Amino acid sequence: MLTENLVALQVVVPLIFAPVCLLLGKSRHAWACALTVSWLALGIATLLVTRVATIGTQSYAIGAWAAPIGIEYRVDMAGALIIFIIAAIGAMVMSYARRSIEHEIAAENSGYFYACYLLCLTGLLGIAATGDAFNMFVFLEISSLSSYVLISLGTTRRALTAAFQYLVMGTIGATFILIGVGMLYMMTGTLNMMDLAQRLPGVDDTRTIRVAFAFVTIGVSIKLALFPLHLWLPNAYTFAPSVVSAFVAATATKVGIYVLLRFFFTVFGIHFSFVAMHVGEILMVLAVVAMLVASLVAIFQDNIKRMLAYSSVAQIGYMILGISLATSAGVTAGMIHLFNHALIKCALFLCMGNIFLRLGSVELHDLRGLAQQMPWTMAVFVIGGLSLIGVPLTSGFISKWYLVSAVLDAGLWPLAVLILLASLFALIYIGRVVEAAYFSKPDPTAKKVREAPASMLIPAWLLIGANLYIGVDASLLAGIARQGADILIGAGVP
Amino acid sequence: MSAATTLLTCVAVPMVMPALIAALHRRPNAREAVSLLGSGCLFLMVFSLLDDVRQGSLPAIDLVSPVPGIKIGFAVEPLGLMFALLASFLWFVTTVYSIGYMRHHHEKRQTSFYCYFAIALGSVMGIAFAGNLFTLFIFYELLTLSTYPLVTHAGNTAARRAGRMYLGHLIGTSVILLLLALIWTWSLTGTLDFRAGGILEGTVTPGIASVLLVLFVFGIGKTAVMPFHLWLPAAMVAPTPVSALLHAVAVVKAGVFTLLKVSIYIFGIDFLGQIPATQWLMYVAAATIVLAALFALRQDNLKLRLAWSTISQLSYIVLCALMVSPLGIIGGSVHIVMHAFAKITLFFCAGAILVTTQKTRVSEMTGIGRRMPWTMAAFTIGALSMIGLPPAAGFISKWYMLLGAIEVSQWVAVIAISVSTLLNAAYFLPVVYIAFFHAPPDAPDRVDINEVKEAPMMILLALGITAVGTVALFFLSDLPMALASQLVGGSR
Repeated sequence: MLTENLVALQVVVPLIFAPVCLLLGKSRHAWACALTVSWLALGIATLLVTRVATIGTQSYAIGAWAAPIGIEYRVDMAGALIIFIIAAIGAMVMSYARRSIEHEIAAENSGYFYACYLLCLTGLLGIAATGDAFNMFVFLEISSLSSYVLISLGTTRRALTAAFQYLVMGTIGATFILIGVGMLYMMTGTLNMMDLAQRLPGVDDTRTIRVAFAFVTIGVSIKLALFPLHLWLPNAYTFAPSVVSAFVAATATKVGIYVLLRFFFTVFGIHFSFVAMHVGEILMVLAVVAMLVASLVAIFQDNIKRMLAYSSVAQIGYMILGISLATSAGVTAGMIHLFNHALIKCALFLCMGNIFLRLGSVELHDLRGLAQQMPWTMAVFVIGGLSLIGVPLTSGFISKWYLVSAVLDAGLWPLAVLILLASLFALIYIGRVVEAAYFSKPDPTAKKVREAPASMLIPAWLLIGANLYIGVDASLLAGIARQGADILIGAGVP
Repeated sequence: MSAATTLLTCVAVPMVMPALIAALHRRPNAREAVSLLGSGCLFLMVFSLLDDVRQGSLPAIDLVSPVPGIKIGFAVEPLGLMFALLASFLWFVTTVYSIGYMRHHHEKRQTSFYCYFAIALGSVMGIAFAGNLFTLFIFYELLTLSTYPLVTHAGNTAARRAGRMYLGHLIGTSVILLLLALIWTWSLTGTLDFRAGGILEGTVTPGIASVLLVLFVFGIGKTAVMPFHLWLPAAMVAPTPVSALLHAVAVVKAGVFTLLKVSIYIFGIDFLGQIPATQWLMYVAAATIVLAALFALRQDNLKLRLAWSTISQLSYIVLCALMVSPLGIIGGSVHIVMHAFAKITLFFCAGAILVTTQKTRVSEMTGIGRRMPWTMAAFTIGALSMIGLPPAAGFISKWYMLLGAIEVSQWVAVIAISVSTLLNAAYFLPVVYIAFFHAPPDAPDRVDINEVKEAPMMILLALGITAVGTVALFFLSDLPMALASQLVGGSR
């Protein structure tokens, strides 16, 4: 009974508890509620992944209204992987959040914070669970609107402008997606993705469908911060509260990539997207430029959160590059990196949260000699950084291995060189921080700080542990990603 | 203990030692005892594997596979065993030396020094016993990362700059070129195992094999083939024991060792001969031999002179790896051992001079042989070996290298080796000459001049062992020769 409703519960549980958090207000119970729900979501996600792996794709008709009329929730292996990583990141971030939120957000706002966080979680999980194009748009907006609020809660007033900038860009993106979905509905009379996939081949040689494709592609590209539509991202990640940076960086753009995958492979089909519309070539160029340019820009940042934000833009480039190959190996590589990067970036941003808690700054020059005072936090940063570079035995290496071999399989060896080159830029920007923290003399006037509390260190170390585990044995992740990729690719073959 | 367990323990012991060393932070004597004991045990364990290998059984063990079809695993074969024996023995000797050096020189942060040293040696064991190219690559990168804190040990601006140079070159080449070659090889052949006769023959055209070979030769930046050689002189800012063991033996030999493994087990010596690029890469190696020797001639700083000499000597082995001649392979493999003993002696001497007299420049070392006769005697033995004169070990390997080059009529190689022999003499003999036969510079206290004031006991002991070893290997070259012949016999 329960197991059949997992798909719905996954989305409904956090949705129901969001207002509860609001009612609990500024008391510590709001955090306890959000924490419980996050872990509950992770539990449900684990069951769901197991179920999808053993039984196969899960379909659920909301309100028992069957598919063409009602809204269908549909979770296949690709969706399940995304749901799992979102829920896992949510659970880690909430376990971490209490001290950091007490420090960064005024007590009277904390109820709003936890409510918005749960709404954001709902939206993100909903995107990955739904099988309905319009419903996907709705969830995308739930997650976006709540993340505008979350970002605006940042400690400085600049968080407001950052949130506003994100709001403007995000809304343009959302509008584009809505226009695209509307056109699809106009031409096919359905919003269910499976139906769309069946009916589109009959009408896809029309200008309307081509325009719809363009609107959806650009709209989603804004949401996932594909270069050069990434301009909202650095400010948003820099000025958001530490917890929000960690959560949003690890999940929001990843879900954007999932939406792109769904539309390209499931709705429009691989043939239309990559052969008729040549989106592969366009994405490939943008992805390579993102990889190189954003990594280069990251080298010159003195605010480390901003540096990590630019690094995110570059890493999104890696994922999109994999997808742009439109091969099973490429999409697998993209999804593996999506998963790994969520783990890595979340750990790194949590690390920044620790530093901000103690130091009140994440500027490079304030970090000098910090490794002696906060050894455990900086160790997280070093391992996370090595993973970002792609050193063997970290998950980043696994991503790089799959991506480079996918690129070589496609016969594009110059791209392989560029991927590896971009990972060297990561060496430079991570190296700057490591040099400052480990090999520079601390400022004599700087105050002495203590190591962050255990409640903030443990979640970061759990993420790093998962990251190292994948570096040693990635067969489970790779298997799931491969299955997901095959479903996506296979779904598009006419 | 079965051979496979011993194998794992060999890699694991140095990797867990740092925990113990760090725990004994406040008790230096106990801390150093751990280092000595650990390195001694490691040598004995490696030595216990010798019997298995000599009888032809090659213990192997696989652990996990991070990517389907690729395993992290360890295996013993003659070349790896030779390298592991060498590194573990010299680690023990260097630990003895380090205790004298680090204490006498009042180095800071000695605990972290010994910790990273142990991790570096663990990585070397991982490289030596790697069961496939993938495992080798992992430990190759680990070696770079674990030696970075040793290079930047001084913590000043110069050290940080050198550290950037070091990481930039080694990670840069390994990530862009070596990793690409690795993944490419894997996507072409579906395996990265070391197999006698190679895995590439029959699956790739000589054209692609050429590209791969270029990627491998330059990607293994630790071989210091020009133009990726500048990290080695830069690394000389490290404390002398680091330069001695890591940047004369462990790290650089890991580079040429990897290249030998690649040429024997990935390409296969026969297939290597059919690749057009082989010849050209040999010319690059030959040019490196001569040019680096010329640069060595110009260095006044003794450690830098030794570093440039190392660049030159490493390319001997690169040359051998590409020579497509069994005798050359034997010469190259044995040269790993012979050069190691001689070069570590020379570095030990440079460090001894530094801690006793604070002198680093050759031009300041006039008459130093009278104050430090034992040290300079050892230096002389090392220098003779570098030139390749009997009765020093360097003669043996150079003999086989030349034989190999003549066997396959590689006259460029013959010329490069001969010319560099002359250059070796030109940059080492003057040091010996001014040390013994020039009068010391005017000292305020004339009485002091001829008074013997040697380095601390631990330092002398260590450099005595390696100097004696350098001579002993000339007379007792059976063991390395036997292992090297087994290597060539196995691949044919």
